[in-house]
Amino acid sequence: MGPNPTVQTQDGFEARSLACRRAGRLVFEGLDFSLAPGQLLVLTGANGSGKSSLLRLAAGLLSPAGGALLRAGVDLAKDRDSHLADLHFVGHKNALKPTLSAAANLEFWARFLGDAGNVEQGLDAMGLGGLADLPAGELSAGQQRRLGLARLFLRPATLWLLDEPTVGLDQASRTRLADAMRRHLECGGMILAATHEDLGLSGGVLELERFAPRTALEEWL
Amino acid sequence: MRSILALLGRDVGLSWAAGGSTRLALAFFALTVTLFPFGVGPGAATLAKVAPGVVWVAALLASMLSLDRMFETDFEDGSLDLLAIGPLPLPLLVLVKTVAHWVSTALPLLVLAPVLAITLQLESTAYPALLASLVIGTPALSFIGAIGAALTTGLRRAGVLLSLIVLPLYVPVLIFATGAVDAARNGFDTAPHLMFLGAVTLVAVVVGCWAAAAALRLHLE
Repeated sequence: MGPNPTVQTQDGFEARSLACRRAGRLVFEGLDFSLAPGQLLVLTGANGSGKSSLLRLAAGLLSPAGGALLRAGVDLAKDRDSHLADLHFVGHKNALKPTLSAAANLEFWARFLGDAGNVEQGLDAMGLGGLADLPAGELSAGQQRRLGLARLFLRPATLWLLDEPTVGLDQASRTRLADAMRRHLECGGMILAATHEDLGLSGGVLELERFAPRTALEEWL
Repeated sequence: MRSILALLGRDVGLSWAAGGSTRLALAFFALTVTLFPFGVGPGAATLAKVAPGVVWVAALLASMLSLDRMFETDFEDGSLDLLAIGPLPLPLLVLVKTVAHWVSTALPLLVLAPVLAITLQLESTAYPALLASLVIGTPALSFIGAIGAALTTGLRRAGVLLSLIVLPLYVPVLIFATGAVDAARNGFDTAPHLMFLGAVTLVAVVVGCWAAAAALRLHLE
């Protein structure tokens, strides 16, 4: 794993000279990575270096300004649906309705994603079993984050895209999340996670600042 | 199909719950209509003459009241991202959310409208036309509104901008709907008016779904 993939991963997820433009500004360009089943890739970089943008690109919410993303060797621009059916995206917002109970929030996403059930499994996985009937709006920030992460366990999906998953989590929840991520990787899952913190897992690191576009001055020098 | 029902159920449920838009729309509709006998005077002839217009303008404003929340709440809490990469294509997603808006704001108005028409001394012969015009015409309000709601999602002071975008587009609906009720009051055939109204609604459904989906796609970028 690294910026220059030499092995073509058949079931993996990879980027080829990917570029991203937000609000007219080039955020990064020439970005390559490849992720094989069972691998974790941690995105690091300063605020604004494009970690969230890369995750949104990977989730199909943005289209690349250049280059391509390939899932199992197929360009996302050609086949987006089978990619979307096999991923979980946990952005920095938790997508919770404050008036609905924790269980009702998860139940909606479970039904929307097409798999009824597994709500208890999701709650238990993040240690929220005792809070199921509380309105999500009354949970603490850390508990809301755990409820957002509980969506990962509603249905199996190979690729997890996590944007700052540990923000607001206490030590016990971090350990629980790390264990869940480790199990996911052992089962052949793939994780792309943007974080500033140590997840406690072994995996590759992608420093986004290395792909920042060079200014005209740097080019000239 | 399960995804559609899940989304419909959630949106309608949230609107009916405390703090939702349904009760607000109903109360607004009832209050606005009952203001007119005070303002215009209790003379039966005058009131009956303005009744179709008053009921329709009040219904139109009541349905517009909750438009700005149509996509905004989902956009703010991150749900819209997840809905967009879910199993439903974006235009279908817009269709489901708009139907939910209609069910939670316009449908209750249908029940209340005949009762309020009594306070406006509307002739009994015009009631079927009033109800028919509301059944056929109010979906157009929701679908035209969806375009405005999608365009203004994520903007500050979206409510005012939204009404400026949407109100001019409501004019054809208002003309044919009140035309039908007036025709019934004066003993003419209502069918031509209702057919034109139906045509407006059909165009609004088709254009609304695709235009709102395109606008949402811009906001997700």
